[in-house]
Amino acid sequence: MTTPTLMDYDEALAKYEPVLGIETHIELGTASKMFCGCATGFGAEPNTQVCPVCLGLPGSLPVTNRAAIEGIIKIGLALNCDIVEWCRFARKNYFYPDMPKNYQISQYDEPLCVDGHLEVEVEGETYRIEIERVHMEEDTGKSLHVGGSTGRIHGAEFSLVDYNRAGIPLVEIVTKPIVATGEKAPLVARAYATELRELVRSLGVSDVRMEQGSMRCDVNVSLMPRGAAEWGTRSETKNVNSLRSVERAVRSEIERQAGVLSDGGRVIQETRHFHEDTGRTTSGRSKEEAQDYRYFPEPDLVPMAPSREWVAEIRASLPELPAARRRRIQQEWNLSDLELRDVVNAGAVDLIEATIAHGSDAAAARKWWMNELSRRATEQGVELADLPITPEQVARVQAMIAAGELNDKLARKVFEGVLAGEGGPDEVVAARGLKVVSDDGELSAVIDQVIADNADVADKIRAGKVAAAGALVGAVMKATRGQADAGRARELILEKLGAS
Amino acid sequence: MELVGKGAAELGELLAAGEVSAVEVAEAHLDRIAAVDGKVKAFLHVDREATLAQARRVDERRAAGEELGPLAGVPIAHKDVFTTTDMPTTAGSKILEGWRPPYDATITARLRQAGLVILGKTNMDEFAMGSSTENSAYGTSRNPWDLDRIPGGSSGGSSAAVAAFEAPLSTGTDTGGSIRQPAAVTGIVGMKPTYGGSSRYGVIAFASSLDTPGPFARNVLDAALLHEAFSGHDPMDATSVPEPVPPVVEAARRADVDGLRVGVVKEFAGEGYEPGVSARFNEAVELLESLGAKVVEVSCPNFTYALPAYYLIAPSECSSNLARFDAMRYGLRVGDDGTRSAEEVMALTRAEGFGPEVKRRIMLGTYALSSGYYDAYYGKAQQVRTLIKRDFEAAFEQVDVLVSPTTPTTAFPIGERADDPIAMYLADLCTIPANLTGNAAISVPCGLADGLPAGLQIMAPVLGDDRVYRVGAAVERALEDRWGGPLLAQAPALVEAK
Repeated sequence: MTTPTLMDYDEALAKYEPVLGIETHIELGTASKMFCGCATGFGAEPNTQVCPVCLGLPGSLPVTNRAAIEGIIKIGLALNCDIVEWCRFARKNYFYPDMPKNYQISQYDEPLCVDGHLEVEVEGETYRIEIERVHMEEDTGKSLHVGGSTGRIHGAEFSLVDYNRAGIPLVEIVTKPIVATGEKAPLVARAYATELRELVRSLGVSDVRMEQGSMRCDVNVSLMPRGAAEWGTRSETKNVNSLRSVERAVRSEIERQAGVLSDGGRVIQETRHFHEDTGRTTSGRSKEEAQDYRYFPEPDLVPMAPSREWVAEIRASLPELPAARRRRIQQEWNLSDLELRDVVNAGAVDLIEATIAHGSDAAAARKWWMNELSRRATEQGVELADLPITPEQVARVQAMIAAGELNDKLARKVFEGVLAGEGGPDEVVAARGLKVVSDDGELSAVIDQVIADNADVADKIRAGKVAAAGALVGAVMKATRGQADAGRARELILEKLGAS
Repeated sequence: MELVGKGAAELGELLAAGEVSAVEVAEAHLDRIAAVDGKVKAFLHVDREATLAQARRVDERRAAGEELGPLAGVPIAHKDVFTTTDMPTTAGSKILEGWRPPYDATITARLRQAGLVILGKTNMDEFAMGSSTENSAYGTSRNPWDLDRIPGGSSGGSSAAVAAFEAPLSTGTDTGGSIRQPAAVTGIVGMKPTYGGSSRYGVIAFASSLDTPGPFARNVLDAALLHEAFSGHDPMDATSVPEPVPPVVEAARRADVDGLRVGVVKEFAGEGYEPGVSARFNEAVELLESLGAKVVEVSCPNFTYALPAYYLIAPSECSSNLARFDAMRYGLRVGDDGTRSAEEVMALTRAEGFGPEVKRRIMLGTYALSSGYYDAYYGKAQQVRTLIKRDFEAAFEQVDVLVSPTTPTTAFPIGERADDPIAMYLADLCTIPANLTGNAAISVPCGLADGLPAGLQIMAPVLGDDRVYRVGAAVERALEDRWGGPLLAQAPALVEAK
C-alpha cells in the first residue's frame, strides 16, 4: 500500500466541496431481543444470552418484538419522518461467522420510516439534515480475533464468537446527502451525531453509548471540485465510535481524498476503518468486489402495518425533544446562547434539570455542574454524567449552603468526599466535620479567644473603628479552618465589643 | 388382541377403556417395525427403550386420573424434520448427522402433551427436497405395495411407515406436495392444512412461505384427530394464523357431500396422466355426483404456471434458509485442521454435507435472487402466485371444493427419475398450487391403477380444512363399501403369515 499524500485541510476545501452521508446504527434498549425473548444486557459472559432463535438453530423462527417497533417509531417521529402504513422485513444474505443464520433480518426497499429531517447548529448557523430512511434490523454477534497484531481477522490465530449481541434490535438511520457545508463539514457531521444522540437519549429508547457500541456511525465522504455538478466517488468509514472521531474521520477523509484527486488519482469506492490513535483511515474491503446481498422479503415474518391509532398514541407520548427543551431552559435558566451551548456540550442539561428538580436554584445548579464538577470529570477523563455523584446530592449540598451550614469552600470539600466514595453529602459533612461553625456558643468561645489575642485591634473597634472588625473575622476563620459562618462571626464580634 | 393394523381412533378408544395399555400398543408396533423395517426402511431412528418409557408415562398419566385426549397412548412416526430433544434430528442430511436439538418443535411438544407415543424419526428427502426419498443421505425408503418402488416424498418414510402398519399415524411436511403425493402413492390419507394452521416452529425449513406440517393416517377420521391434536395458533411462529382450528374431526365424522358443489380442475388432466390414474379419478368424480354433490368443470388457467413459479420461489427461500449450515455452531465440520480459514471450512463442509439436489436448489435460488435477475425470476414468480390465488378465489365463488388427481402417476420404480429432475418435479404438478396460496388440501385413496394406489386430491379455501375432511370421509366411506374394506387390505403382505 502506498502512503497517501494528504492535502492541507484549508487547501483541500479551497479546491473541493465535500458531500457527506451518515448512516447511524443504534441498539435499542429493549429488555429482550428483536426476535426472541433473550436478555440484552451489555457485558454478560459470552454466549449466555442466547436461545435457539438468536443462535439461528435449525427450525427456529423469529417473532417481532413490539417494544422495538414502538422504539423505532418514536425515533422516526422525533426525526419528523412519515411512518409508512405497511412494510416488510427483508433478508440480507451474506456469510459471516458472527451471523447465526448467515442472513440478517433487515429492511430493504420498504423501510418503516421515511423522509424526515433533523436541524443542527454549528457556530450559530442552522443546518437542516434530511433523513432518507429509518429502518429496523437485528444486530450480529461479535467476533474476537485472537493472536494477530491488529485484532482484525487477518493474521489471527483463531477467532471466538459471542452471540449475546446477535438479535439485539438495531435501528439504522440514513441521511440524504449532506451538501453545501464547506469547511464546516466535519463540524456538521459531529453536530448531527451529537444532536441525534441527544434526541434518541431523550426518547429513552437507547442508552446511545458510542464507546459500548450502542450507537455507531458509518461516515460517507466524497469530494467534488468546487463548481462541479457531479458528485465524486465516496468512501464509507465504518464504525466510528465517538463524536470526536466522527469529526476527525470526515476531516481525515477530506484531506486524503483531496490528496488522491490532486495527484490525478481516483477515489475508490470502498469501506475504510478509522483509527483513533492516528486519526486516519485505512482501506477495508473494496465495494467494487462487494457481495450481492440477494435481498428478498423475509418469509418468516408477516408485514408490519402499524395502525394509525397506534402511531398517534406514540406521537402523543413523545417527551419534550432536545431542541424544544433547549429553547425552554435557555429562557427558564436565563442563559446566553454561549452559556446554553456550553451546558449542552458538557452534557449537563439533564443533570442541572434534575438538580433543580431536587430543590436547587438554577444558577447554583449550573454553577456546580459546569465548574467544579466539570473540572473533576475532565481530570478523571469521564463524562459528567458518569461522575459518582447524583443531582440529588448536588441539590443537598446547595441546600446546606442556602441554610448557612456550608459555604462554597466547604461545599467543594463535600463534593470531593462524595466523589471519593465516602458517602452522601451528609455523611461526608459528618465524617470530615465540615459544618460551618454557626453555633453561637462554640463560635463565641473562639471569638473571645481571638479578642484576647488581639487586644489592640479590639480596642480600635471599641473606639468605633468598625472597619477593623475584618481582621478579627479573618482570625476567627483561620482558627476554625474556614468552618465559621463569617457573617455571623462579624455580628458577634461587633456585639461583644459594643460596636453594633 | 391384534393391535397392529388398528386405526388411531380405535386404539384410542381401547386405551381409554383400559382394554390395552400404551406400553402394549407401543410394543406391538415396535415389534412390527423390527419385523418389516429392514425391508421398508421407513425409520432413521428407533429407540425401543425410550419409546416404551414414553408409553409408560402415558399409562401413568392415565392411572393418575389425568384427562387425556383421544390419541393418548397411540403411537406415531415422526418425520425427521421436526426437532426432538430426545432423538437426533437430521432432516435427511449428512450435514446434520447426529445432531441433538436442544429444543422440541411446537408440534413435537403438542404430540407429547396429547400423549402420543413417538416411535422414532422417519426418513425423508434431504431437507424435504424431493418426491421419492431418493435424495435422503440415509438411503431410500420403500413403497410397501412394491418394495422396488418409491414411497413418495419428501415425507416418504412417514407414508411408508403408516402404509406398512408400522404406525397408525405419522407426521409430515408439505411444501409442494410432500404429504399428499406420498399418501397417494402408498394408498393412505395425507393432509396439508391451511398454511399457518400448523406451527412451523422447530420444523427445519425448506421454503418458509410454503412449508406446512400435516398428518398421515390410514383413514380420514384418524388424520383429522391428529390434525386437531397438533394444530392451532403458536405464538412462536409469526405466520401462524390466530383463528381457531376448523372443526375437522366433526367434519370427518359427518362424511357427506349433501348440497356441496365440486369443481373438477380442467387443467389437471390429459397428457402426462397415466390412464389408470385418470380412470380412478373420473370414477371418484362420478361417485361424488352419485353421493349428491353437484359437479362442474372449473378452469384455473394459471395453475399451469404453478410448477415453474414454485421452482423459483422454493429454491430462492431454501438458498437463504440453508445458509446457516456453515459448520460454525452445530452439525458436520469438514477441514478444520487449524490451517484453514472459517470461510474455507464453511465451503468444504457445505460441499461434503449437502447432496446434489440440495446443491442444485441452492444454486437455482441464489441465481434467482441475484441482483439484476430478481425481478425477472423471483419477482415474476411472486406475481404468478397472485394470479394463482385469483384463480382459486374465482373457482371458490362457483364451487365449495376443487378436485384433481393427487399425482399424474402412481409410484415409479426406484431410480427411474433419479437422473431426471424435471420428471421428478412433475410428481408435484397438481399439489403445488395449494402450497403457493396456502389453501387446505387432502389426498385420499381412490383405487388402484395397475395394482398401485392412486390418490384423489380435494382442495378447499384457506381455513376450509374441515370441508376437505368432510368430502374425503364421504368418498372414503363409499369406496370402502365398494371395495369391502380399506384399500390397504389389498396390499401385499410384508411378512409371511405364520
